[in-house]
Amino acid sequence: MNEKERELLSLIEKEGRMKEESLAKMLDTPADEIAAMLKSLENRKVILGYSALIDWSKTDIAETVTAMIDVKVTPKRGVGFDEVAERIYRFKEVKALYLMSGTYDLSVSIEGRSMSDIAQFVSEKLSTLDSVISTTTHFQLKKYKHDGVIFGQDEEGDHRMVVSP
Amino acid sequence: MSIIKTEHQPRLSAAVNRIQPSGIRRFFDLASSMDNIISLGVGEPDFSTPWNIREASIHSLERGVTSYTANAGLLELRAAISKYLLESFGVDYHPESEVIVTVGASEGIDLALRAIVDPGDEVLIVEPCFVSYAPLVSLAGGVPVPVPTSIDKNFEIDENDLKERLTSKTKALMLSFPNNPTGAVMGKEGLTKVAEVVKDHNLVVLSDEIYAELTYDGDHTSFPSIEGMKERTILISGFSKSYAMTGWRIGYLTAPKPYAEAMLKIHQYAMMCASTMAQYAALEAMTNGREEMEEMIISYRQRRNYFVKSLKEIGLTCHSPGGAFYAFPSIAETGLSSEEFAEQLLLDQKVAVVPGHVFGAGGEGHIRCSYAASMEQLEEAIDRIGAFLKKLNG
Repeated sequence: MNEKERELLSLIEKEGRMKEESLAKMLDTPADEIAAMLKSLENRKVILGYSALIDWSKTDIAETVTAMIDVKVTPKRGVGFDEVAERIYRFKEVKALYLMSGTYDLSVSIEGRSMSDIAQFVSEKLSTLDSVISTTTHFQLKKYKHDGVIFGQDEEGDHRMVVSP
Repeated sequence: MSIIKTEHQPRLSAAVNRIQPSGIRRFFDLASSMDNIISLGVGEPDFSTPWNIREASIHSLERGVTSYTANAGLLELRAAISKYLLESFGVDYHPESEVIVTVGASEGIDLALRAIVDPGDEVLIVEPCFVSYAPLVSLAGGVPVPVPTSIDKNFEIDENDLKERLTSKTKALMLSFPNNPTGAVMGKEGLTKVAEVVKDHNLVVLSDEIYAELTYDGDHTSFPSIEGMKERTILISGFSKSYAMTGWRIGYLTAPKPYAEAMLKIHQYAMMCASTMAQYAALEAMTNGREEMEEMIISYRQRRNYFVKSLKEIGLTCHSPGGAFYAFPSIAETGLSSEEFAEQLLLDQKVAVVPGHVFGAGGEGHIRCSYAASMEQLEEAIDRIGAFLKKLNG
């Protein structure tokens, strides 16, 4: 990974929709080279996708419910936590999965239409897995900040005077 | 004319009557009266002050630290400034006797001029430059002598232009790199030539380095780091630009002890000390602010690259500004004056820029565009300026 690639990645991580032409100028690099770099980063699975960050609470679409579940599991000889992790992340309800240090092993982030949806998932799919010892489910009540972006009222507008020395 | 004798006629000083209100004011009024404009006329960062700095100030208020500080500022802060200048630019100032915390770099400029200028003294001012230098020289009783720079020499000082303007009354040289409005920087080589003139004519130098950190193509050379210059240089800087702290009004001066002592006398009577809560914010900036500052610098550099290339693409001649957050393209080929260009652009395309002539000699024929705006705004501004130029060319 060279310096240009690093800079390109940090730019599009903040703003995925930036035009290639603008990126090229910002990085003082020809546009076709930027296009090739992006392609290469995509092929190498460094860039996994481009998506929008949406505050669904501002839409009239019914909000989903998100829960974070602390899961204790018994790791297996030879494969450790990977095998059970794979069993869990393949469920499409699972939005994120992390192996954690501390008092539990896996942190599972689940999205469902309702609390009962999630309860059902936990009791039927998650808890019944052989390696799973226990689960603790925490429901998210309000999203303040996600992926570095503040949700809700933006109080940090541009307060500058239009012209100043 | 009948004047009622008891009516008070304003009895203003000749000094204040000699200076004019800033030429920027007219544009501010015009731009403020319009909606939906894109402003490239702003002389300050588009970031808010990093949260850890704001939080440190809040914490100081919570602890009730609301009294005066030492006149020169918190010793802890002066020590941090001294350490920073040594590490970053190789200039060594004693925190107890050579550093003064000021109310923005603006107060620093005023203190420095008042400490060295006697009535009739001439002060060479490298222009185009920040709008306050010449008026503050006048207020101090001195005579501002503009030394123009031009796009042909990337707005760097030509030492011959300095020599031509030297007289027996020349006392000081005022310079500022990276420069507002041109974005020009000067490296060690060029500054060394300036230093020779300074030495030969025993001048005092006021070096306003408020944009020092915002240098994009190499390291900043601080004027007092040039051999033999520290003893005759007053360094003016602050936190406004590099840490996005314009509204805090917090800056600093460093100078050899005799100069520092003189400036401290004025500061202690006129200002007492800089705002205590702002000093705590500045201390946090110095101690834990570097990382976020670096991120802002990268962002300015990227936008500089984008904006200057785009200006050239739409047909404006522009030197490559190595620092600050301004581009200073030439609009001479349009046949319009800076003022006409800026006014028509504002009315026609709702893009605010600042006409170059308000920054003094060498500024006419240019416009100052600040690229401290979002990429979205910059892209839109380029489209609009491009459309305006097309229209002008028929």
